[in-house]
Amino acid sequence: MKRILASLLEFVRLTGEQVELFVQVLLRLHHTWKRRALIGDQLYVGGIKVLHVVLLVSFSMGMVVSLQTGIELSRIGQQDQIGLIVAVSMAREMGPFITATILAAAVGSALAAELGTMAVSEELSALEVLSVDRTSYLVLPRLFALAVLCPTLTVLGDTVGIVGGGLVARSQLGVGLELYFDSAIDALQTPGVLIPIPKDVYIGLLKSFVFGIVIAIVSCSAGMRTSGGALGVGNATRAAVRDSIILVIILNYFMTWAFYQQN
Amino acid sequence: MDAEVVIRFENVRKAFGKKVVLDGLSLDVHRGETLCVMGPSGTGKSVTLRHIIGLLQPDSGRVLVEGQDMRTIPRKDLIALRKRMGYLWQDGALVNWLSAGENVALPLRENTTLEDAEIRRRVQERLELVHLPDVYDKMPPELSGGMRKRVSLARALVTDPEIVLYDEPNTGLDPEISMSINLLIRELARKLNITSVVVTHLVSCIRVVANRVVLLDAGSIVLDAPPEEFVASEHPRVKRFLRPPHD
Ligand SMILES: Nc1ncnc2c1ncn2[C@@H]1O[C@H](COP(=O)(O)OP(=O)(O)O)[C@@H](O)[C@H]1O
Ligand SMILES: [Mg+2]
Repeated sequence: MKRILASLLEFVRLTGEQVELFVQVLLRLHHTWKRRALIGDQLYVGGIKVLHVVLLVSFSMGMVVSLQTGIELSRIGQQDQIGLIVAVSMAREMGPFITATILAAAVGSALAAELGTMAVSEELSALEVLSVDRTSYLVLPRLFALAVLCPTLTVLGDTVGIVGGGLVARSQLGVGLELYFDSAIDALQTPGVLIPIPKDVYIGLLKSFVFGIVIAIVSCSAGMRTSGGALGVGNATRAAVRDSIILVIILNYFMTWAFYQQN
Repeated sequence: MDAEVVIRFENVRKAFGKKVVLDGLSLDVHRGETLCVMGPSGTGKSVTLRHIIGLLQPDSGRVLVEGQDMRTIPRKDLIALRKRMGYLWQDGALVNWLSAGENVALPLRENTTLEDAEIRRRVQERLELVHLPDVYDKMPPELSGGMRKRVSLARALVTDPEIVLYDEPNTGLDPEISMSINLLIRELARKLNITSVVVTHLVSCIRVVANRVVLLDAGSIVLDAPPEEFVASEHPRVKRFLRPPHD
């Protein structure tokens, strides 16, 4: 009982720290231009690290969705709907989630390890003593880069996923590419209420944007909190990946609920 | 000495969990003075320095720097005060993805509006001061431990601090470089009237740089004396520290 209470308190404290870090970054958003070189580095390094993984995974997920639903749909003679199913599930759920998971595992972990190493080798203390604003210097560029990378990669992932689905639909289920893409594009036409881009696309992108921020905040905060040498860095890295994926899953549910409940 | 007090510890106690590190430490450092702090490893020498720069707060007692209580000092004043202080980290604490030169340049780039050329000029000058004229573009992992430490010293000095805290400035350096660092510390103190606190366990260092030496042991000061007197002391704890019994 006491243990549960303690870990609950720890959870509340951690969340508080993460929220505070996020607010601190927001207060420094006007530093973004000054930090453009650092942001560029982060975008480049992060993008290079995960681009091929996102494309590969999205492509095969598109193929899997197409195959699975296609078999069922052709049983009831509805195979012309495959494009719709693949497009909608990629744009709404799979794309953002796949990208976020890969980013958390590859970029979030690296980021936590990097900041964690800085913490245990006293680099963070040194920056503090030199009056270098660590939130602006370290966290802002990473957060900005992830908030841009996650939606961008999601769009690419969605696209190759839909293409992958189309190839399977044609070769395995005998659905023509034209029919497939017509139904896919049609599916994404439901316009948004406020914004002229299709609802499924922009909600997917909004999700990815939030996921990018979540991964950055959780990983930076885990890294900067690190203590206890190399072992501590390992723990921080693990915690960063675990916590950001859990948070992504929870937030994903709530965002889906918030945007689609009426339909 | 009746010079102005720059750093004052008043009965400072600091514990990490159950482990008491500082236990009633009281100490004054005067303007322009070089105080050496000696003591066995793990007694809290680095912890003492961290209190001076406001990275740690005492559990009880007070730490005053330039008359300001480091526990209650407003953030803005703390930043202003830190800009007048330099800190040499025991392990260098250089930022790994910046070149040596850019590490030294960092405080200038972050906190001043100086032109790039002027920053480079000042950085190069400090690098030469620590006998590393050719390392501007080297990355920290390419440098030896002793070189990283000297780059860290250059970084501590680049903002022309009035108070410099040195955490083991010559551990890990070969004797020749070590002596040149000692001479540099002394020269800075004399020429620029810098107030220095030097954590060291080398008698060679205190002989060159110190005006006063204290032995920190078990959380408080065991002996406070001028260097010659310190080295010759018959105090049992000092003797054990300086000349450990052989068996
Ligand atoms: N942030 C910290 N958390 C917990 N213990 C610490 C911390 N900093 C220092 N200590 C402990 O305080 C003691 C003194 O450390 P330190 O001042 O680094 O010793 P030294 O005299 O060798 O510089 C050590 O036992 C160390 O483990
Ligand atoms: Mg130490």
